Amino acid sequence: MIQVEEKLYQNRYRVDEGRPHIKIKDREICSLCSHKICTVLCPAGCYRKGTDSAVSLITDGCLECGTCQVICLEHKNILWEYPRGGYGILYKFG
Amino acid sequence: MKEKFDCIVVGAGPGGTAAAYTLAKAGLNVIQLERGEYPGSKNVQGAVLYAHSLEKMIPDFRKDAPLERFVAEQRIWIVDGDSYVGTTHRANSLNWQTADRYTILRAQFDRWFSKKAQEAGVLLICETTVTDLIKENNRVIGVRTDREEGDLYADVVILADGVNSLLARKAGFRRDILPHEVALGVKETVFIAQETLENRFGVVDNQGVAIEIVGTITQGMLGTAFLYTNKESVSIGMGCLLADLKKKNIPPFEFLESLKNHPAIKPLISGGETKEYAAHLIPEGGYHGIPQIYGEGWMVVGDAAMFVNSIHREGSNLAMETGMLAAQTVIEIKKRGGAFNKEQLSLYRDKLENSFVLKDLRKYRKFHSVFRTNTHFLTTYPQIVNSSFFSLLKVDGTDKKTKERETFKNILKKRSLTGIFQDAIQLWRATR
Ligand SMILES: Cc1cc2nc3c(=O)[nH]c(=O)nc-3n(C[C@H](O)[C@H](O)[C@H](O)COP(=O)(O)OP(=O)(O)OC[C@H]3O[C@@H](n4cnc5c(N)ncnc54)[C@H](O)[C@@H]3O)c2cc1C
Ligand code: SF4
Repeated sequence: MIQVEEKLYQNRYRVDEGRPHIKIKDREICSLCSHKICTVLCPAGCYRKGTDSAVSLITDGCLECGTCQVICLEHKNILWEYPRGGYGILYKFG
Repeated sequence: MKEKFDCIVVGAGPGGTAAAYTLAKAGLNVIQLERGEYPGSKNVQGAVLYAHSLEKMIPDFRKDAPLERFVAEQRIWIVDGDSYVGTTHRANSLNWQTADRYTILRAQFDRWFSKKAQEAGVLLICETTVTDLIKENNRVIGVRTDREEGDLYADVVILADGVNSLLARKAGFRRDILPHEVALGVKETVFIAQETLENRFGVVDNQGVAIEIVGTITQGMLGTAFLYTNKESVSIGMGCLLADLKKKNIPPFEFLESLKNHPAIKPLISGGETKEYAAHLIPEGGYHGIPQIYGEGWMVVGDAAMFVNSIHREGSNLAMETGMLAAQTVIEIKKRGGAFNKEQLSLYRDKLENSFVLKDLRKYRKFHSVFRTNTHFLTTYPQIVNSSFFSLLKVDGTDKKTKERETFKNILKKRSLTGIFQDAIQLWRATR
């Protein structure tokens, strides 16, 4: 099976260390969420299901598409901003 | 000291740059802000560039724009399982100078287009994210950026900040985006040696091929796939409605893998090396999804205003056209010494009504709901078309008349005559 990391590996990023631009507001809500659709639909696999029904988020590979924010509409549990100017994904081709 | 401009443009995609370029050409004092390292570093497109809007601004763009190939041949494929039926259109009269569409790489094209705007007098500041609009008495008077002392002021602000348009949402100009109003596009740029590519696709001298793919590859989801040839790479990807992806519960990159592995596609990209993987949302709200597009001291252009014609896969040209129209609105109001209030800026809407943008979007206003409610178009018909061709073309000793009868019977097994008739009428009505 293809791993998304292999795909992301090709991309160029400038990571804003220690300043993630997306945050989960309330981790408790994720634990209670039944479908955890963010863990499936994020094209960069930034959201992962933990063993204890928690959701972890690592934004380093984020493609800044906006999907997670749109699909979490029922819980509105994602604080979504753009990275600081100059940081994040840097497309070479687009 | 308060720095004040005639106009602030947020975003350096085709929409923002078209607006900034047009304003600067008319001698206005324009500042443009872009959060990426350079224009295009955040932008994703299939990408076919339709030339008409660009040509209005820069008639000789073909001379030095980073165009990959001109689209000499267009194919439409209807896929089912491991087969496809398709059409091909190639016009030999087309050439580099007269073609109406070219393949591009956005990271390169946007940078070039922006350079033209800067040469015309636009002040571009990159690596700067606009975090908020500054309002006074409910009027937009400037923007706040993530730079220190980064507040800027202007008579009018043009938002060209793309599909997510955080700014318009923060300012309350539009509501949240719903999962059935956007598609998620995933794409890879796969490099192939130029000679191999040209042999594979049967092209010479900057000719290119654009393949649009519909059918069961999207597993019943509203969406399409594409494969475009660049100079020495192909762009391959697909876009599906978020609401449908949500129902399907499959990671988007797995869909992309299944597309790349489809027997019709695989040989075209075999041996190629993927050098980038990208994802971006595409506005699919159509005519009914268009939010408020102007108000007290502000206008919205391009994707931020949902100006995408997803039926024809046009977006960047609508962004450029609406950027130009917004700029012309500013220029006219300025000339007559008017204020940039809601009443005056309604001129933008008038201009849009007279342009192909709103005419086209209005024409297809029902299209989406038809495709969303009637999934036969996405699954049953691709199957019917493929299996019919399969049996009609197969030479196995059965006489042709019997074959025709059997094919017809098979079609009716999948969809009744009345059903087909109703679907056809529905489709016809949806494009009136
Ligand atoms: C997979 C895919 C395939 C497509 N294929 C085609 C095609 O073949 N042909 C076609 O014509 N169209 C196509 N489109 C649509 C096309 O890409 C868009 O319609 C077009 O890019 C819209 O241009 P825009 O200027 O409105 O927005 P964008 O190109 O998205 O530009 C917005 C800009 O604003 C910047 N920005 C955003 N927020 C801020 C902020 N707060 N501060 C500073 N800067 C900000 C961004 O960095 C970006 O540069 C496709 C889209 C996708 C995703
Ligand atoms: S913006 Fe897109 S890529 Fe980034 S975390 Fe959200 S879904 Fe994933």
